[in-house]
Amino acid sequence: MAKDEIRTEYKLVGTRPNRPDGLDKVTGRARYGADFSLPGMLFGAVVRSPHAHARIKRIDASKALALDGVKAVVTRADFPTGLTGEDWNLQENTMAGDVALYDGHAVAAVAATSALLAQDAARLIEVEYEILPHVTDVDEAIKPGAPAIRPGSADHSVPPHEGETPDMCRHNVVRNIEFGHGDIKDGFAKADLVMERTYKTEATHQGYIEPHACVGQMGEDGKGEMWVCTQGHWFIRRMCAAVLGIEAAQLRVTPSEIGGGFGGKTTIFMEPLALALSRKAGGRPVKIVMSRAEVLRATGPTASSSMDVKIGMTKDGTLTAARAEFRMQGGAFPGAPVDMALYCAFAPYKIPAIEHIGYDVLANRPKCAAYRAPGAPMGAFAVESLIDEMCGELGLDPIEVRLKNAVKEGDKSSYGPTFGKIGLVETLEAARAHPNYSVPLGPNQGRGVASGFWFNHGGETSVSLAISEDGTVQVSVGTPDIGGSRASIALMTAETLGIPYEDVRVNVVETGALGVNEPTHGSRATFASGKAAVEAARQAAREMCRRAAKEWGIDEEAVVWEDGAARPAGPNAGKFPPMTIAEIASRMGSTGGPISGHHESVPGGVGASFGTHVVDVEVDPETGRTTILRYLVVQDAGRAIHPSYVEGQYQGGAAQGIGWALNEEYVYGDDGRLQNPVFLDYRVPVASDLPMIDTVIVEVPNPGHPYGVRGVGETGITPPLPAIANAIAVATGARLRHLPMNPPRVLAAIQAKDRG
Amino acid sequence: MRYHTPSTFEDAVAIAAGSGGVTRFLAGGTDVLVQMRAGMVTPDDLIDIKRIPGVRDISQTADSGWRIGIAVSGAELGEHAGLSRDWPGVVEGMELVGSTQIQGRATLTGNLCNGSPAADSVPGLVAAGARVAITGPEGTREVAIEEIPAGPGRTTLKHGEVISAVILPARGKNGGDAYLRFIPRTEMDIAVVGCAVNLRVDGDTITEARVALGAVAPTVILAPEAAKAIIGTKLDEAALEALAKAASAAATPITDKRGTAEFRTHVAGVLAKRAARIAYARAKGAEK
Amino acid sequence: MSKIHVTTSVNGDPVEFLADPRETLLDCLRDHLGLTGSKEGCGTGDCGACSVMLDGRLVSSCLVLGVEAEGKRIDTIEGMANGGELHPLQRKFIELAALQCGFCTPGILVASKALLEKNPDPSEEEVRYWLAGNLCRCTGYDKIVRAVLDAAAEMRGAA
Repeated sequence: MAKDEIRTEYKLVGTRPNRPDGLDKVTGRARYGADFSLPGMLFGAVVRSPHAHARIKRIDASKALALDGVKAVVTRADFPTGLTGEDWNLQENTMAGDVALYDGHAVAAVAATSALLAQDAARLIEVEYEILPHVTDVDEAIKPGAPAIRPGSADHSVPPHEGETPDMCRHNVVRNIEFGHGDIKDGFAKADLVMERTYKTEATHQGYIEPHACVGQMGEDGKGEMWVCTQGHWFIRRMCAAVLGIEAAQLRVTPSEIGGGFGGKTTIFMEPLALALSRKAGGRPVKIVMSRAEVLRATGPTASSSMDVKIGMTKDGTLTAARAEFRMQGGAFPGAPVDMALYCAFAPYKIPAIEHIGYDVLANRPKCAAYRAPGAPMGAFAVESLIDEMCGELGLDPIEVRLKNAVKEGDKSSYGPTFGKIGLVETLEAARAHPNYSVPLGPNQGRGVASGFWFNHGGETSVSLAISEDGTVQVSVGTPDIGGSRASIALMTAETLGIPYEDVRVNVVETGALGVNEPTHGSRATFASGKAAVEAARQAAREMCRRAAKEWGIDEEAVVWEDGAARPAGPNAGKFPPMTIAEIASRMGSTGGPISGHHESVPGGVGASFGTHVVDVEVDPETGRTTILRYLVVQDAGRAIHPSYVEGQYQGGAAQGIGWALNEEYVYGDDGRLQNPVFLDYRVPVASDLPMIDTVIVEVPNPGHPYGVRGVGETGITPPLPAIANAIAVATGARLRHLPMNPPRVLAAIQAKDRG
Repeated sequence: MRYHTPSTFEDAVAIAAGSGGVTRFLAGGTDVLVQMRAGMVTPDDLIDIKRIPGVRDISQTADSGWRIGIAVSGAELGEHAGLSRDWPGVVEGMELVGSTQIQGRATLTGNLCNGSPAADSVPGLVAAGARVAITGPEGTREVAIEEIPAGPGRTTLKHGEVISAVILPARGKNGGDAYLRFIPRTEMDIAVVGCAVNLRVDGDTITEARVALGAVAPTVILAPEAAKAIIGTKLDEAALEALAKAASAAATPITDKRGTAEFRTHVAGVLAKRAARIAYARAKGAEK
Repeated sequence: MSKIHVTTSVNGDPVEFLADPRETLLDCLRDHLGLTGSKEGCGTGDCGACSVMLDGRLVSSCLVLGVEAEGKRIDTIEGMANGGELHPLQRKFIELAALQCGFCTPGILVASKALLEKNPDPSEEEVRYWLAGNLCRCTGYDKIVRAVLDAAAEMRGAA
């Protein structure tokens, strides 16, 4: 099928069957990370730094090791030396070396015969620290005189200033990004209104409900196995191998069911510790399950940001120029998603001149990990807030202004590439036409609009498909099913082969069973594994056509695959009844052996997804508390394979964005310790905080996918931050430029406005 | 850790008094288990007092007040029609503690003995003029609720003493109470500010009032000036403004992860007004 | 540290186990009885993933000690289906896609069943407040609330 021949009528694609793993997941049978156990298994516990920044002077584990049942203790001394680059960062984050870099940084780990005993032993491990000055805020970290966190970790983009040597980490800036196009000066000169504002967002956590958990087993020979909840087990394998100095192929990693990830389970944390403990304990398997406090203190939250944005607009709403300078800290390691934030910031708009500047800054916080459209929500908060403020200033409708400037197919994007077929205009039009956009509002209520963008991702993909003896089909994929991807891949496979959905079983298989797969990240599972499954199915179908041709004694070119059977291509090919998949499968042992299909690639044709959200809020003017009254997500899915799970992604993204906008934040004390490492005080939205979340699935098919799929997972978290800020501005007359917009901040803004 | 299940308060007291180490009494466990889990405390003796006969009972006292057993859960309290009719403010305070799951376990006494200034059930009890019965090595005594908290995480209970019941006074005629708290979400948070108002009316005029505030001082506090602001009034706008002002003035909060001092001070006044309106309506409703 | 022998009933079956008095009921269900359907998401009673019924009352099993289960009746997600027949809530959760990762699902199902036994005709708001102690990070709760309301209607014979 040529790329431009995307069909619009399907038997299965677009239907809503029960997900294949549903029964296991409603009965408690599905096995998640902490549900695995093995004979002879030990339990691990991790000793963590209570200090934000401290030199480790001495670690004494003798009291712990003296306890009966304690089998091994590991420290950094048990890991290989000489790693460089990101491998070194990963090792350093897994287990502190000379210096603990954040509150919660692992400094030692212990394995014992029970979980309680391991925890008791961990408390007996004595660590002597020399406390160093620390900094946790991005703007503070960048100031002259701020404590230098890891001198020497800046890359070539941060040249040393006069009098500095390259190993000095000036003001903790480790990466500097600059790009843009057009004549900024000229652009701002053409504007009728130029506004510049500063925005801040606090760090948030993915907040998956399942804490990290793994069972690791490794012998002295460096051969090992791991069972782990992860978005990507090949990543776990590669990273563990690098950190432990073993060969990747010697480690076999099996993913469990995964209790949420949102980007936070695409890297390693305590997994190498389980393997190191196992190796030291004579190869007995070691289970490590994080507590919630460990998850919040010592996994990978997102960055915090400080952002300046300047935009020029004419009286009719045309954008003439824009400038963004973003500063982000992603913990004590390079890697804040400031690049992604800048690429996405102006992506929805055609602007003649843009300047982007970014700084990746170190601070004494845990190493950030990906979180759903990493960086994009922060940039959108700044840009979409400012555009809204300017619409208000000029008396323009926010959707009209966005439509006027919206990017379309063939436009060069703000970050470089030219857009293919995209659906931003369609989402804006659908939002404007939706009844939510015209519901009358009462006192203290306001409506906000914002658009958002995410590139989406292809990534290394390997899929295998095999026909069983009875004609049913198994598909082996390497992307863990985090939100229904088994169902969507089964639908596409069944559609391609023309067989019932129920005849396809999709298995998420271990690292030993396929070539390298990137994680379920970048909104890629349904796109990439789906596309590969379709290709594998086509390959198998071709083979089945060959088998039929052979039996019929005609040319294989004269056989086509249709509706689950091989058929003569036309009247001239000969008169044979269709040969079904079951018939071919039942005889495959005598017609040439097993029939399967494979596909390995880094799929191109990724289609970006745009979305537009409309939110109504009510703000209590006496307490500053915001209630979400109505919420609408409109997003381009390309093609919704299983619409229920597309809606689910939209709703889940919106809910996380609402939490980020209103109440979620990492609160650090003056001592550099995380103040709120429990769900009681890290306030994710609860059921009673939210209304039903209305969705509109816009379908502008992606020509780069056999069924038109675009990734849908990430875009949805991007618009809520600015949409809610825009709604609060209407409801209160006060503009909030610092997230979260929690009641004390909103009340203070209302009071400041009332004072004039 | 040793786990004990005494069958009388006297036995419980004897175990606690005789322990050389750290002791904790276990009723609902919703605070003790969290503290154990966090490694904040590992008791040498954990004394489960739920097996003592009568601790799950709610009974009317001879003077028409109520006696509430120390192991009555929030859910059981809320399901008790008579108590909910008499002291809706006390009941709604307890019902705000935690989730449905927490309600299945958490108790008034535990909420009190945890010593949190933000305890949701305590302002209502203080405003109501509740008392507690205490059993100790030297026998039993009864004190006003507000005398129990001594500061964050601390109580005035002596070594070996255990609360054996919560006692509410008779509601009497034309009375009403209410408790409101402010939290950023709709559920599951610790109060940023809490306020309970208990009052009595004669016709439209307030004749008695008690106002208690939570999370604005090291302990839950009574705010007599705030009560004074509405006694003798018909809760008109001027009285409400005076109440708000007095409540804010009584607040001496700190800034922490849950809210700023300025915010808490302001919201103490807002909640006082809102709680007073509800209590007033309830008191008037009781007239009918 | 000596363990305590506990005799109790789980999903109608008599069971015995040895518990360290520091172990929670959740630890005992998962580690001693192999009932891993109840999940630990927080260990502090804030997420509801470990919800079970204790003598007919909904509780967080992470906030109950294993030794407290002596002589009690415990019901978990593993006992929710009647043999091969799913509870209407379980069926509706699958049909209406009320789960994504599925980790919070057992706790939400146990809590929802407790709600419907107490209130067969809850409003949307009642469902939301009852489930406020059951965190879900994937779904935004929309499809969960719809599934509970739908199951309630079916169980009342109204659907």
